[in-house]
Amino acid sequence: MKKYIATLPVIQNYPINDEYFVLELTHEELLPDILPAQFVEILVEGEPGVFLRRPISIHDVDYENNLLRLLIRIAGKGTQKLSLLREGDAVDMVYPLGNSFSMPQKPNILLVGGGCGMAPLLYAARYFREYGFEPRVLVGARSKKGILLRDEYRKYAELLTCTEDGSHGVKGYVTDHPVFSDRNNIDIIYACGPTPMLKAVGAWAMNNDVECEVSLENLMACGIGACLCCVQKTIDGNKTVCQEGPVFNIKDIIW
Amino acid sequence: MVNLSVDINGLKLKNPVLTASGTFGYGEEFCDFLDLNNLGGFIVKGTTLLPREGNDYPRMAETPMGMLNAVGLQNKGVYYFAEHIYPRIGHYNTAVIVNLSGSQISDYTEAASVLNELDNIPAIELNISCPNVKEGGMAFGTSCASASQVVKEVRSVYKKHLMVKLSPNVTNIADIAKSVEAEGADSVSLINTLLGMAIDTETRKPKLSTITGGLSGPAVRPVAIRMVWQVYNAVKIPVCGLGGIMSAADAIEFLLAGASCIQIGTANFIDPAISGKIVCGIEEYCMKHGVKNVCDLTGAIDL
Repeated sequence: MKKYIATLPVIQNYPINDEYFVLELTHEELLPDILPAQFVEILVEGEPGVFLRRPISIHDVDYENNLLRLLIRIAGKGTQKLSLLREGDAVDMVYPLGNSFSMPQKPNILLVGGGCGMAPLLYAARYFREYGFEPRVLVGARSKKGILLRDEYRKYAELLTCTEDGSHGVKGYVTDHPVFSDRNNIDIIYACGPTPMLKAVGAWAMNNDVECEVSLENLMACGIGACLCCVQKTIDGNKTVCQEGPVFNIKDIIW
Repeated sequence: MVNLSVDINGLKLKNPVLTASGTFGYGEEFCDFLDLNNLGGFIVKGTTLLPREGNDYPRMAETPMGMLNAVGLQNKGVYYFAEHIYPRIGHYNTAVIVNLSGSQISDYTEAASVLNELDNIPAIELNISCPNVKEGGMAFGTSCASASQVVKEVRSVYKKHLMVKLSPNVTNIADIAKSVEAEGADSVSLINTLLGMAIDTETRKPKLSTITGGLSGPAVRPVAIRMVWQVYNAVKIPVCGLGGIMSAADAIEFLLAGASCIQIGTANFIDPAISGKIVCGIEEYCMKHGVKNVCDLTGAIDL
């Protein structure tokens, strides 16, 4: 897939809560084809101490209105600065980057997200829905506050939730959710989130002989497979998360 | 019209802009962003005799105006390069240079012999300065005696342009440059990364798996400029300057300090199209300042 370096005007930028915001961008030309789990590398301008681009997963693509949405967690100076962008500003972006979740071969698909790992699952749900699937999205968070944009996810998927404190959905971790009680309910899992969550979901999938793909968030610099900083150990040696990932089959990963 | 071409001791480049090893993959990664044929050349990532998996993750940390890396020369080895990668990139109408690293002299000489046979590789950059590998290149580049020895041995088997990449992690870089010049190096490139370190204060863990790593980016540029100037004044062979070049003005600064050509490194991560833009920017500078031949800028600092 061709990658672009482009300046995208900001349409709007709105907070979801004190930790998350949605940055909505357009492209003067038509947006390129984007696959679920792909990401962008954004340049953060005017913030001393921020040198490298920030990799951000693609949250949603609205081709009808030529809009690209990023759901971003304020994690440091770079994302803090991005949260201050306003309509009329523009961002310098390299995109779309990385591989993608594979197209499901069977109907029962489950998307699992935790923390800002839930961000790419909206576009994945939308994408699979357009191909005739009826995805379920399982989101895990510490509390209700972390279960973001529920109505958006419900447009394309059945939304299942878990919280550690029980304030929304099932109390516990995502793997405590009853959706995992019958392996016949699930043909393939697509997961993105913190490593302990990916390991737990991956272990369940391996033990139950269910296909599972995980999208990783390793620290990276270039985003295009040149610097080899973001590598993940796999059964075929070190692979770049930015170019050969971010999506890996759980069977290939060596944690 | 500005003549941007430079002759680096027999290595003819259409302009003085190369891309630095380890920051530009095999060139192919950048084809969506610029026409590689517009560059003076590109230097492919550090290649060793045998395949290397490189260091453990994490290999990178952002630092003020720069970054630390500890990739550790991950590559598939020189035979894989010659068989699989060279056929894909050898056809570009630009100088395709291979950065060669090793942990013992026989590694360097065997790999250099392989590269000597590749018609469309006009030069190698001998890496005696990688800080991220145990028993690695930097051990050779930090003493005059060992630098001399490895260059002498490689010179005996490698017949084309031999550029030697120098480490800044030394007491006197000019002495090392003189040593490799004496053994037949055709040019020197400098600087490789500066040995650095960063600690996460919350976890008290080092930010790199290897604890220390190589610092690059604009943070190192004044050090690099100083070293280029010192080496330029110490040797007769041409100097290729690198270290934190982010713009055409930065590149010009290196030329004025004594570089005959330059390399763009970490900036490729910030803007994958930057190397092409810097070629254009150098041409604009020359037009603005009435410079007919870019080579006239080399060492043209006004003291």
